[in-house]
Amino acid sequence: MNALEFILAGMLAAATPFLLAALGELVVERAGVLNLGVEGLMAFGAVLAFIVVYHGGGHLLSFVAAGLGSAVLSLVFALVALGFRANQVATGLAIGILGQGLSALFGKTYESLTVKGLPKLALPWLSEIPLAGRLFTQDIVVWLSLAATLAIWVMFAYTKVGLVVRATGENPKAAHAIGYSVTAIRFAAVAFGGTMAGFAGAYAAVVYTPLWADGMIAGRGWIAIALVVFGTWLTGRIFLGACLFGAVSLMGLAAQATGLDVPSQVLASLPYLVTIIVLGIISADRRLLKLNGIASLGEPFER
Amino acid sequence: MTAPLLSLRGISKSYGQIHANQGIDLDVAPESIHAVLGENGAGKSTLMKLIYGVEQPDEGTIVWDGEPLNLASPAEARRKGIGMVFQHFSLFETLTVVENIRLVVPGRKADLTERIRTLGRDFGLEVDPLAPVHALSVGERQRVEIIRCLMTKPRLLILDEPTSVLPPQSVDKLFDTLRRLRDGGVSILFISHKLEEIRAICDKATILRAGRVTGHVDPREHDAHDLARLMIGRDMPEPMPAVSQSGGEKRLEIIGLDHRPEDPFAVALSGISLTVRAGEILGIAGISGNGQSELAALISGETVLPREQRDRIYMMGKDVGTLGAAARRQLGFAFVPEDRLGRGAVPEMSLVLNSLLTAHPLGLLRHGLVEKARAKAFTSECIRQYDVRTPGPDVEAGALSGGNLQKFIVGREIMLSPKLLFVAQPTWGVDVGAASAIRRRLVALRNEGMAILVISEELEELFELCDVIQVLHHGTLSPRLETRDTRPEDIGQYMIGAHTPAAPKVLA
Amino acid sequence: MSAFSAPFLPTLVRRERASLAATLLAPPVALAVATVLNLGLYLLIGRDPVAVVYAMLFEPFLSWASFSEVLLKTGPLLLIAQGLAIGFRAKVFNIGAEGQFILGAIFASAIPIWFPQATGQWIWPMMLLLGVLGGALWASITAFWRVRLNANEILVSLMLSLVAAQLLNYLLLGPWKDPNGFNFPQSVMFQYDAMVPVLIAGTRVNVSLLLTLALSIAAWLVMQKSFLGYKLQVGGLAPRAAGYAGFNEGWAIWLSLLIGGGAAGLAGAAEVAGPIGQLQRSISTGYGYAAIIVAYLGGLHPIGIIASALFMAALYIGGDNAMVSANLPIAAVRVFQGSLLLAYLIAIAFVRYRLEWHRPIYRSKP
Repeated sequence: MNALEFILAGMLAAATPFLLAALGELVVERAGVLNLGVEGLMAFGAVLAFIVVYHGGGHLLSFVAAGLGSAVLSLVFALVALGFRANQVATGLAIGILGQGLSALFGKTYESLTVKGLPKLALPWLSEIPLAGRLFTQDIVVWLSLAATLAIWVMFAYTKVGLVVRATGENPKAAHAIGYSVTAIRFAAVAFGGTMAGFAGAYAAVVYTPLWADGMIAGRGWIAIALVVFGTWLTGRIFLGACLFGAVSLMGLAAQATGLDVPSQVLASLPYLVTIIVLGIISADRRLLKLNGIASLGEPFER
Repeated sequence: MTAPLLSLRGISKSYGQIHANQGIDLDVAPESIHAVLGENGAGKSTLMKLIYGVEQPDEGTIVWDGEPLNLASPAEARRKGIGMVFQHFSLFETLTVVENIRLVVPGRKADLTERIRTLGRDFGLEVDPLAPVHALSVGERQRVEIIRCLMTKPRLLILDEPTSVLPPQSVDKLFDTLRRLRDGGVSILFISHKLEEIRAICDKATILRAGRVTGHVDPREHDAHDLARLMIGRDMPEPMPAVSQSGGEKRLEIIGLDHRPEDPFAVALSGISLTVRAGEILGIAGISGNGQSELAALISGETVLPREQRDRIYMMGKDVGTLGAAARRQLGFAFVPEDRLGRGAVPEMSLVLNSLLTAHPLGLLRHGLVEKARAKAFTSECIRQYDVRTPGPDVEAGALSGGNLQKFIVGREIMLSPKLLFVAQPTWGVDVGAASAIRRRLVALRNEGMAILVISEELEELFELCDVIQVLHHGTLSPRLETRDTRPEDIGQYMIGAHTPAAPKVLA
Repeated sequence: MSAFSAPFLPTLVRRERASLAATLLAPPVALAVATVLNLGLYLLIGRDPVAVVYAMLFEPFLSWASFSEVLLKTGPLLLIAQGLAIGFRAKVFNIGAEGQFILGAIFASAIPIWFPQATGQWIWPMMLLLGVLGGALWASITAFWRVRLNANEILVSLMLSLVAAQLLNYLLLGPWKDPNGFNFPQSVMFQYDAMVPVLIAGTRVNVSLLLTLALSIAAWLVMQKSFLGYKLQVGGLAPRAAGYAGFNEGWAIWLSLLIGGGAAGLAGAAEVAGPIGQLQRSISTGYGYAAIIVAYLGGLHPIGIIASALFMAALYIGGDNAMVSANLPIAAVRVFQGSLLLAYLIAIAFVRYRLEWHRPIYRSKP
């Protein structure tokens, strides 16, 4: 398998943790809330999922546990930042630290243990195309993530629920004036974001690299937050961004496979460096950010 | 007399120490246009919030269609058949008209689009259902608000100061719409502080002063003078005669300024030219949203022109277009912005610290450290001279009422003894007494030779204050109109762009 | 419409003025709440809560030896937190102090690693200066990205921390590895003159603690008394008011980040030139992140931060104690930190708000 084939085959799976977490954060931000705790939510979901699978609970149950656990943790964020109108940046950081701490605490006795991942499913016909066919042999979670992407795109483009979320993020005062409960909508959005972060963590821990190591999320939650900015709050662009990061995170392995002599630390930093550079390029277009940005992002709502 | 549709008895509502409404009685008959008249701070908005379920009364009963009414939310009010159009619209700029309506009215997008078109034809409320709201004029937005209300089939429609955002010509059209609605069976509760309008359209009027009802009258049987006395408890203050001056030096000059803002939702300015001389007040008329904020920020230095744009803005004879706000202030410029909280003052800081914001060059600093005692003395002086009602200089700015905070900011800026004073919306939300005090002060300063630029939505105010008026419409500025040779209708023509040769579209 | 206007839930009502009592009570109340919650957690994972509390919260203060270790940890936390708090009050959220700390340590280590034979009392002050430079340079990348490219400083500074950790790894596994170090990822031990002089004989507490206290006083002067601090605070509380008054936003961002980065860099230098004495992987045990909590717990006030830094340092030492004596995983410290910050954020809501229970709305129908 050459490097290109390798990246094509692995890109979607590598992209999935980014994608799931970023889709969740997209909904949260569209409702006007900035939850910076994604890294911690993912770490917490990851450890719950790993524990469930390790003790024979199976993958389905592990995703349920991760989704629920991270949703509960994200509701703590909602209680503090929305209920008590605390600074959302500080609250998000606190949830991040707490989630990573809990992850390390619960994961202590599982350090370096492994579990079994999920089998890959090949799409008939499509997977037989030369080269590009590599894209079409993926595990079930990848396929479900693609479906989730589509569902969220449809939600924002066509459904009333999507309209309500967008309205809340743009102008919470007006949303309140016409009779929506801003707080309830934002709580729901945050819980959804938490669930998705939990799924993302679960995928990382029990499917993508089914081996427990403290700190295994390794900044992917933060990159997911950056992805929402890269995608200028648009579902389709976030998907493309996630694929890009999936590919970038495989480049290290691909480069080693081709025998390139680059220090491994440079390859490990690659996703972070790409984040910094792309963030600079996208943000420099102030008009674009303003056009697609969320007007009330991070602002506490007070009637 | 038929039974009233809505009946209020003994309604009271307090916020802390402030009694916003006390023992209000009000009856709205079916199929009538009923005015609630009162000056700023009289308690009109609070009363409407109670009727619309935004807030709940402390005391009293509301009877709706013969049954007691206890509303927990606006949604419940709408279900009962009460609709409201707010003064500050609750529309979503990034959504289209039909999407905005879909947030409130159930139904499929295609059906709603059709219903919007039908309503528009029937009631003179034409608007493109598929246009995004940020592309609409203020008048069109108001139509969207009214349509949105009408689609919930209300029996009572509350309109909060609906004409304040309209040019004179459009007011007639709105009134026509309201009459058609009344004849179609909808009662209208019309909030205003403009006497002539109320006389023109309303069947009944309830007058509020300081939270209490001072009269129920038929407005057509009283002249404006009577209504004014009921509203403010005394005769209208006499305007202060202006001493005519001319030929002072140019303190502000803008020459052919074009500007495309970074914010995609902001208004672009083109070909702006104006001059303000010493001893002159220039007023900029026009409905908000026609480029006022953008122009104000360009003059104040909050928006700085790119380096290529030289020779566009001169202050005291100096090209200042690329200079920041601080540098312009050093030349003798002072500015009262339209938003007080968060821009003209920091709500979480004391008045003393808010003095420091712009008055720090008046010896309030030493070696880079704040001289607390001097800042406090300055603040006390400002509070005394400008009649700011506050327990003391250490009170947070956010705790002051809008009118008192405005007096503080105006006072602070005047105490800088600027050569050029720029005041945006000098009397927004200020009660009548304080508003006339502010206007008198501005005229006195002009008579002493200060150059003053005023932006205001209130035509009466501009006619009272200004020597010259220019009208801002769609980001372009009309020629200079000498106030004494100009009628309000002429200004109105410019406000709807009827005079502008290249007006993109005529709003009506 | 929603569960949040339901009669059984209280609502927050804005106070007419900020409550001083709530400001002062918030840290101790938050500490009490967080302690109780964490005790429950320890019970859940089968540890003896009494032993943990004793080891974590009391033991650090009970012997001079352990208290001197607390003072040693206070240094970097205090220094970083003071720098960060200045930025936080200006709403410049530099959360990349960890990376700026690492760069400070790397810059400072350059002298003893490149000139291991050099002697003279100029070495350690020069290392501290280089540390400031390294931290400030690393932070200036964030400042440039924020001011010129409009990029979010939270994300950029955090990503730079992750890069910094890789840079440190690269140096320790490659060019700066101690050739006689049995292949451990660490540099040579520094020479005597590359070490900050010890302040209290018999402990590891060194002169940098005095420097840190002096800088805390300077921070107090700047933030509470000077016009400079005033301008930064206006920028944080009401950015549009800052623009209105003509306070330059870009300048405030640069200043905040350079101060924060410089302070973190100094802390990093003082660690390698102090208790550690070489460049190694574990030069920071999350000081850069813990300092964020220290800054908030201290109410972003320079004096409050001194107290919260001392407390957080004790928590670190206490966590080590609890690991040994009560078999508590060290991750419990992070859990405690996170929950403490959350409890504090709830507690300070009462500075500006009070809780009001809904009066039941009597309805026409039951």
